[in-house]
Amino acid sequence: MSSDTPEHPQHGEVLLTMRGVVIDGFADERWHEIIRGVDLTLHKGEVLGLIGESGAGKSTLGLAAMGFARPGCRISGGEIVFDGIDLVAASERRKQRLRGSRIAYVAQSAAAAFNPAHTLLEQTVEATLRHGLRGRAEAEADARALYAAMDLPDPEHIGDRFPHQVSGGQLQRAMTAMAMAARPDLIIFDEPTTALDVTTQVNVLAAMRRAIEQFDTAAIYITHDLAVVAQMADRIKVLRYGEEVEEAPTEEMLRAPKHPYTRSLWAVRSLQKPGQTSSDLVLEIDGVTAAYGTVDVLHDVSIGLPRGKTVALVGESGSGKSTAARVVTGLLPPRRGEVRFDGTALPADLKGRTKEQKRRIQMIYQMADTAMNPRQTVREIIGRPIAFYHGLRGREVERRVERLLEQIELDGSFADRLPGELSGGQKQRICIARALAAEPEVIICDEVTSALDQIVQEGILKLLMRLQEDHGLSYIFITHDIATVEAIADEVVVMLEGRVVEQGLKEEIFAPPHPEYTELLLSSVPEMEAGWLERAIARRQGGAVADRLAEGGRDLPSPG
Amino acid sequence: MSESEGYSAAAEVGAVRMRRSWRERAWIELKKAPFTAWLGLVIILAYVFVAIFAPWLAPYGEADAQFGAYEPWSGAHVFGTDQIGRDILSRLIYGARNTIGIALATTLLAFLIGGSLALVAAISRGWIDQVLSRAVDVLISIPSLIFALMLLSIYGSTTLSLIVIIAVLDSTRVFRLGRAVAMNVVVMDYVEAARLRGEGLGWIMRREILPNIMPPLVAEFGLRFCFVFLTIAALSFLGVGIQPPTADWGSMVRENASLIQFAQFDLRAGITPLLPAAAIAILTIAVNFVVDWFLMKTSGLRDEP
Repeated sequence: MSSDTPEHPQHGEVLLTMRGVVIDGFADERWHEIIRGVDLTLHKGEVLGLIGESGAGKSTLGLAAMGFARPGCRISGGEIVFDGIDLVAASERRKQRLRGSRIAYVAQSAAAAFNPAHTLLEQTVEATLRHGLRGRAEAEADARALYAAMDLPDPEHIGDRFPHQVSGGQLQRAMTAMAMAARPDLIIFDEPTTALDVTTQVNVLAAMRRAIEQFDTAAIYITHDLAVVAQMADRIKVLRYGEEVEEAPTEEMLRAPKHPYTRSLWAVRSLQKPGQTSSDLVLEIDGVTAAYGTVDVLHDVSIGLPRGKTVALVGESGSGKSTAARVVTGLLPPRRGEVRFDGTALPADLKGRTKEQKRRIQMIYQMADTAMNPRQTVREIIGRPIAFYHGLRGREVERRVERLLEQIELDGSFADRLPGELSGGQKQRICIARALAAEPEVIICDEVTSALDQIVQEGILKLLMRLQEDHGLSYIFITHDIATVEAIADEVVVMLEGRVVEQGLKEEIFAPPHPEYTELLLSSVPEMEAGWLERAIARRQGGAVADRLAEGGRDLPSPG
Repeated sequence: MSESEGYSAAAEVGAVRMRRSWRERAWIELKKAPFTAWLGLVIILAYVFVAIFAPWLAPYGEADAQFGAYEPWSGAHVFGTDQIGRDILSRLIYGARNTIGIALATTLLAFLIGGSLALVAAISRGWIDQVLSRAVDVLISIPSLIFALMLLSIYGSTTLSLIVIIAVLDSTRVFRLGRAVAMNVVVMDYVEAARLRGEGLGWIMRREILPNIMPPLVAEFGLRFCFVFLTIAALSFLGVGIQPPTADWGSMVRENASLIQFAQFDLRAGITPLLPAAAIAILTIAVNFVVDWFLMKTSGLRDEP
């Protein structure tokens, strides 16, 4: 088991090999192949990036590296050998001993992985003690050292806190520290930063990378974000439909992807359009202050939406982007200020608005799954606004539904389907058609692409742009993804903690000089080149906003 | 699969199911149903058949008291006669019609009241929800059988007051379940979308929420029916339920209860008062079998393959 492959001379012996691994999942009363014969080799101290779209089998393969199959799945073929141990044949007891001591797993949601009833420190040392690797005092001292290595604030005492007392970014780092506690040979990271804000993600990535290098741990890094994997991995493997598409060292993969599918993944981020503006405002948010209960979440926010243009609202979670949308739709009447449509003030409360006023502002949601009634067919979903707003019946509605389906690049056969029978991208298209059916002037898009895969995202963005041209629509586009902004926006509004930091033409906002926060936000967006992470970390040293936001924008409560 | 062709939304794979009419789907589900569910269904259908065709099936009239009292089992009177000389078999058959019919009407009314109030509470929230929920808490805190006894003695034991009183008392349970499941649906984006569109309360209740909470409600309907059925039988046994001469299983148990002491002389006489009791028990169990199967199916609880 100690054969050095010539193409990876920098890494040691082989740690993990998978040969022709086949994993089945049970659905619709029969077994389907989820992973169809994938080979994988990982050397000691090496980081392998696994990328692919959702459903490609990344996580299933990652778990299989621990000899584990999710409930309802089974490993039905191939071999998985970890450091000379055959994981397919090994007993459950034997595998249990490996997990937590020699193989560790870092999940996407640290909040769900921690037990809220115990302190971080207790949970960090638990596996070490359970496996009898160290004594308690020693383990706790080591945990504190790990917290320091993960760049957590106050490493001596942060372990006394409970999971809810630290921010999401800190929790994710504490989870990595927990995984490191037993000094495993292999860590599997399953989308560890996907749930984090982009400004937090940079710090977590940097801390993870440093720790992996320091302890010479091998890792499998699972993500759908190419730019992130470019920072973390030595080699990249691209999966699709449970099969390997291609594998290459990171530099080579970024420079010259061979397979057309990989190239298409790379190409998505190149979508761009020049920003334009106009002084004819269709919608104005003027001096709005809004509150949930007694807590103000928007402070004197003013945003203008030029007719036929797209204004992107960017900022981290909790910055008030979605709240602004709720004020516009009338779901949350503001405490002060008003929303004007075509120069006339809209009634603050939804109940006070006329049907016509409601018709002109439509909304598209992030989760198309929950935005459509699962018991209604596409025909009913799209047909309802047509009947409701335009008073049409029978054949006329049918014809319009068909035309709308055409506009969103689906055919008439989709009219009879239920939402459960559509793919993610198709669902979002139906939601777009439903908004379109009202023949609105303004559409609010709330993170409409963030739950979708890259290629599907591109399709949706192109569709939205085409519809904008055809119908003269104006979009308020809420997003935290700068690449999406580049693609679709004319103007950009940067929001922070319920306030507008700046609004302006996209090119102006993105060109220096920036206010400090905009700078931070823009510099945090991972770029698809090796070495970006180091430069980003170096750049952000010393900024006051950066320091504040680095810990999730939260003042740490003192424990006890 | 060629990768070079452009991306097309329509070509994306969704899990498309074959379209079947509800009859085909029901038949497919039935074929997979366990034995107990089949047994339950057959029993329920038999009861319904007897209830509908009672006048043709019964050998004598419902209140035909022309025979001797307490006659033993014989060819003319299969299960003998009761204390004033009415044929027990005929009364059992008519009893199916009365007891099941009244229980069904009561349960339907309970669901109409409880279900619609639950949806109104879930959609409106705020003070409407508070008022309704607290009122239900008050009603539910009073033991329902005793409360029903009290109300029946106030309003009199007519069939109508029986139905209304039990329906109102039972609607509190329906309200609680309905509100809880509707709350999970109300927070969905599609309900917000309907609200933003300007849809009225009625549409949101009927079209957006109700179809999505049907499975638990249907299961509850079965269970509620059993409870209502038992409550009516209990009230009749106590003498404030369905009034004579209307045949009813609960009061038949009471009227013939004294026969049980003759079991030492004639076993069949002892069994007679147990017959209506058995009729009640068998129907209750059959409904439970079907509800169990339905719950298993809709809640996705199933044995691992």
